[in-house]
Amino acid sequence: MKRYSIFAVAREAMRYHAGWERAWRSPTPKKRYKVIVVGAGGHGLATAYYLGKVHGIRDVAVIEKGWLGGGNTGRNTTIIRSNYLQDPSAAIYEKARALYEGLSQDLNYNVMFSPRGLLMLGQTEHEVRGYKRTVHANRLQGIATEWIGPERVKELVPIINIAGPRYPVLGALYQARGGTARHDAVAWGYARACSAMGMDIIQKCEVTGIRTEGGKVQGVSTTQGEIDCEQLAVVVAGHSSVMAEMAGFRLPIESVALQAWVSEPIKPCMDVVVMANTVHGYMSQSDKGEMVIGGGTDGFNNYTQRGSWHHVEETTRALVETFPIISRLKMLRQWGGIVDMTGDRSPILSKTPVEGIFVNCGWGTGGFKSIPGSGYAMAELMARGHSPLAAEFGLERFREGRFIDESVAAGVAH
Amino acid sequence: MSTRLAKGGRLIDRAKPLNFTFNGKPMRGFAGDTLASALLGAGQVMVGRSFKYHRPRGIVASGAEEPNALVGLGRNARFEPDQRTTTTELFEGAETRSQNHWPSLDFDIGEINDRLYKFFPAGFYYKTFMAPRAAWKHLFEPIIRKSAGLGGVPKEADPDRYEQAYAHCDVLVAGGGVAGLAAALREGRAGKRVWLVEQSAHWGGRTPVDDGQIDGVEAEDWIAAALEELESLANVTMRTRFMAAGLYDHGYVIGYESVADATPGDGRPRHRLWRIRAGLTITATGAIERPLAFAGNDVPGVMLASAVRDYIVNWAVSPGDRTVIVTNNDDAYRTALALLDAGLTVPTIVDAREETHGALPQEVKARGVRVLEGRGIARVLGRSRVTGVEICAQAGEGGAVETIACDCVAMSGGWSPVVHLWSHCGGKLIWDEPRAMFRPDPSRPPTGADGAAMATVAGAANGDLTLAETMAGFGIGACSHDEAALAPVWMMPAGATDALRYKAFLDFQNDVKVSDVQLAAREGYTSVEHTKRYTTLGMATDQGKLSNINGLAVLSDALGQPIPATGTTTFRPPYTPISLGAITGEARGDLFQPLRRTPIQSWHEAQGAHWEPVGHWRRPYCYPRKGESHSDAVGREITNTRKNVGMLDASTLGKIVVKGPDAGRFLDMLYTNMMSTLPVGKCRYGLMCNENGFLMDDGVVARLSEDMWLCHTTSGGADRIHGWMEDWLQCEWWDWKVYVANLTEQFAQIAVVGPKARALLERLGGMDVSKEALPFMHWAEGKLGDFDARIFRISFSGELSYEIAVPASQGLALWETLMAEGEALGVMPYGTEALHVMRAEKGFIMIGDETDGTVIPQDLGLSWAISKKKADFLGKRAQERSHMTDPNRWKLVGLETLDGSVIPDGSHAPAEGYNANGQRNTQGRVTSTYYSPTIGKGIALGLVLNGPDRMGEVIEFTGEGETQIKARIVETCFYDKEGEKQDV
Repeated sequence: MKRYSIFAVAREAMRYHAGWERAWRSPTPKKRYKVIVVGAGGHGLATAYYLGKVHGIRDVAVIEKGWLGGGNTGRNTTIIRSNYLQDPSAAIYEKARALYEGLSQDLNYNVMFSPRGLLMLGQTEHEVRGYKRTVHANRLQGIATEWIGPERVKELVPIINIAGPRYPVLGALYQARGGTARHDAVAWGYARACSAMGMDIIQKCEVTGIRTEGGKVQGVSTTQGEIDCEQLAVVVAGHSSVMAEMAGFRLPIESVALQAWVSEPIKPCMDVVVMANTVHGYMSQSDKGEMVIGGGTDGFNNYTQRGSWHHVEETTRALVETFPIISRLKMLRQWGGIVDMTGDRSPILSKTPVEGIFVNCGWGTGGFKSIPGSGYAMAELMARGHSPLAAEFGLERFREGRFIDESVAAGVAH
Repeated sequence: MSTRLAKGGRLIDRAKPLNFTFNGKPMRGFAGDTLASALLGAGQVMVGRSFKYHRPRGIVASGAEEPNALVGLGRNARFEPDQRTTTTELFEGAETRSQNHWPSLDFDIGEINDRLYKFFPAGFYYKTFMAPRAAWKHLFEPIIRKSAGLGGVPKEADPDRYEQAYAHCDVLVAGGGVAGLAAALREGRAGKRVWLVEQSAHWGGRTPVDDGQIDGVEAEDWIAAALEELESLANVTMRTRFMAAGLYDHGYVIGYESVADATPGDGRPRHRLWRIRAGLTITATGAIERPLAFAGNDVPGVMLASAVRDYIVNWAVSPGDRTVIVTNNDDAYRTALALLDAGLTVPTIVDAREETHGALPQEVKARGVRVLEGRGIARVLGRSRVTGVEICAQAGEGGAVETIACDCVAMSGGWSPVVHLWSHCGGKLIWDEPRAMFRPDPSRPPTGADGAAMATVAGAANGDLTLAETMAGFGIGACSHDEAALAPVWMMPAGATDALRYKAFLDFQNDVKVSDVQLAAREGYTSVEHTKRYTTLGMATDQGKLSNINGLAVLSDALGQPIPATGTTTFRPPYTPISLGAITGEARGDLFQPLRRTPIQSWHEAQGAHWEPVGHWRRPYCYPRKGESHSDAVGREITNTRKNVGMLDASTLGKIVVKGPDAGRFLDMLYTNMMSTLPVGKCRYGLMCNENGFLMDDGVVARLSEDMWLCHTTSGGADRIHGWMEDWLQCEWWDWKVYVANLTEQFAQIAVVGPKARALLERLGGMDVSKEALPFMHWAEGKLGDFDARIFRISFSGELSYEIAVPASQGLALWETLMAEGEALGVMPYGTEALHVMRAEKGFIMIGDETDGTVIPQDLGLSWAISKKKADFLGKRAQERSHMTDPNRWKLVGLETLDGSVIPDGSHAPAEGYNANGQRNTQGRVTSTYYSPTIGKGIALGLVLNGPDRMGEVIEFTGEGETQIKARIVETCFYDKEGEKQDV
């Protein structure tokens, strides 16, 4: 792999960039791999990457139905944070965030991780208490967060209206090292690094069946033929239950549409990421200048990758209320992705009833921020049979009632 | 230079001149102008700078596809960035400013990027700016952010208002060109309810600019007659300045109507957002001309051929005195005719095709225009304005054979149907090889719930590019010039050198060139979505209306595959950007989530209550007196309630009536305890869990009659619990005879609390409220004074307490009567915070504090409220799972700080050591924590590992910052442990 650097760019500039090689190879599949990862999104590619980098397992194929990074990795609002409440969540999201800090250098691909700071607004007394609880939890988890007052919020976000008539801003949970990254670059950077390690990334290769024998995985049938493997990782957010059905087991997953949209680009006016959960909306400004907006999930299950219009209205209202200056901006583009939700809104990183098959799914609306941590834990689970980061996220937790529920906001005031 | 012609202009009214400014310079246009035609008419060719290289840019198009000519419009609170001049109607006093330059449009420091273009190819930022690590955040990214971003930032809140409306129709026709008019006529005559909408201010589309006859008359006359007939049809609604922005599932169309854009501040809504439910949507959205990619095709003065003739015919604006036309098709020759008719010079037509025998080329040649065949443009000369073109062989590498002086270049690469609406909800496209375009595949339309097509397509949007083809679709005869086939030429010349390809633009706004797409292909970003994202092709404010097909063609060529094998990117709504204001509608300020008001709200307001949002309500947190802090007020309210009598507006409490023969059975499933055995006249505290066993709501249930119960829920939970009940009744137990009604707003409810509560009620006279007549946990109905009251003897404070429900209409009067009668007894209102503290003093749980979706009743010492007799209830099975029955769980206890201080909200209790992930172990957390004026120190409730078994033990909690606080584990009840005060 030719290294990327400012010098390499300068050298190539002299010859019209004729010397760049392919970021990743596009091979035809071999007959057999030690590990097949299904799904070349961020999580699948990161799983493969850490299998190779940390555990020396490089006989790996990552197979993808469409184009790599084309699922939720390329559809999210690129927010990265680890200010979670429950210990297992905080551990894996903070691992992810910490890996993001050095990911550009690690991959030699600029994923533009930008720890620009992230605020979660407290707009009811109940919400304030919930976020203060998170600060205390984070302190013991080793995650730097703090509770800040409304004046400091205004300093960090000059365009915010802290004195809204309906829900004045009472303060915010602040994670200074939270932020954003360039979502496509995360997938591309991992893909390039995997390919450089000799792994095969096979796009336009749809899995049509999973072959098992005696309760053990043998391989997969694909639109590019039969491929054998010792271990199979199913990392296909949005279609996890479909894949599980092929292998003969069920997952406690529901699939719903989550939408995002962007405004036309304007000059920089908002450095930090702001999430306003009472009114249901979040917004950041991309390096391009677009205001990147996301809100709630649809209330019904579907696979359309579109979503319902009324969510666009609800979230836009919430954000116009929070940032009155955006009213005269225009919505440029709107899209949706399918997120897979578990009963406790926490992910599944787990062995399955079929020996050799592992699943990584259920990240719900929190997938992008967790990519490096998820891949790291999944690789460890597959290579060693156990991962402290993944330990609490096993499938058995639903049978045992050992939920990891982050939806504290589900509680209500009397 | 560009200028206003002395005569002509079918859309302008020369009798109505309008003044406007561009970068502070006064200019003049006419009514009927767009900003773009007015700017061109005033001689302003260069109007902005591009996104990445800050190259000078001019107006390219005449419609929604314009990528370059965006301005900041208006000032102060009415400033709007990124306004597309080609679709903005000129109005008197319009203030416009060009974008993305510093210090000025003509001299821009950012132009350095263009000088260094070789260093900034597509995706260069993925390959560099990585060292040192901190430099991205602190150095490189700030620079990139500043030089990117296009428009200025609005500084003030929007003073305009926006409306939203609904419409329903059998047929929605999107597009008011001749195809749309014909479709509306056909459907309207058939008696259908038709909505015909057109995004511009004018009917007829581009046909009047071009030549042609329809049904034996001139096209313009046919249009006039069609409009007259449509207006006479009562079942047809017609709207201009109305865009069908997006097509969604089930025939839902979002319409975007410009109402007062050209009359700012006239009091009308600026925009109207329409939610249209259409039985069928006919997309008659026309086609968009494609540019050609040649070096310097972005220099101001290079325009679409169709735009050049639009400006001449519609607005009498000449984009230049000498216009070279470059084309791969016959249609562009119409532009030559328009230029000639206007008395302008066409020095040369450069046609990439080897032969030009069509009727249009023949006519143009006959008028003496030189046509160069098999030629292309090697490069455009000039920087901020076209000064000439170098001509080369199209088949060659770009060696110039001739230089022609000109000040305008009209280019045409053929046409692409506008397929956005068709595609938004899943309509598929096919590649039309002869015309080199994607058009809708009639066999794969977007489908509705019944599997039938919910959209069809007509006219140019269907690929019927000539007038005759379009009208034939409606069985109407029409004729215009015959057109010979185009040549699928995308780039000039075919073998352009690197140097030329680095200046041949595909996406004008985002500065994506032919070389960038080829680089992406070379580097393996071969999926069209990868190419788009890697190069940003088609991601600008025009969403690739000009660039997508050309980019696809270049990519396909680089990959050596046919264009349909490459495919298209997904078309996303909206068709053109729509204001966030319109999406917001009236729901802003006071109307953003309208406040739910209790019948007593006005009294609280008059008292100057300090508020707390609770769900969609706003409840008094406390009633501070002059000079009193909030915490002082809370303390006073508590002390007075415990000593004398206090009053709480409890009207927000959920009140759900459950009635029917199976109501008792139903409630036994919903609540963990038994409700069917509750005698009429009595109350019982109940818990509701979800299927996972977690406690989700609580409240007092009263049995009103044999088959009717009244369930109180939390204030925030009323609607959710009502929905929960309906969910079970409609989806699971649909054959049970139960009716549920949410009567929360039908009753006002007032809690009269404290040792003097009974005395206060007795002052009103009427029903007997003595201990004997109305014991604790009973209810009674009757007249309290003049009021129709239902009184519940329940207590959330530990005091003698009556909750009095009256019809909402009597709520305020009862409250005021009680306040007046209670004056002698020292009555005071109290707010939610006093309520919270008093319940914590009693060790009563609060949903949302002690519970958070992970807590089961058993954790809270509420096992007594879980029926052992019932065969089933929601959550029962879940609570039998191994983790739920684990003896080592965090359980509710009381906590007393050793130093009397208040433990901070959310504090956690660390335990020894660290877990496998390096996190400090924990053994508990605080769930409620207050200063108790009754006890005189800080008290708290918390969940602690095996807490009830550890009474008296002292453990540490996290304080503010890095401090720790020591607290002793005690009973949950801090006040009146025997419960004597509430049961008197």
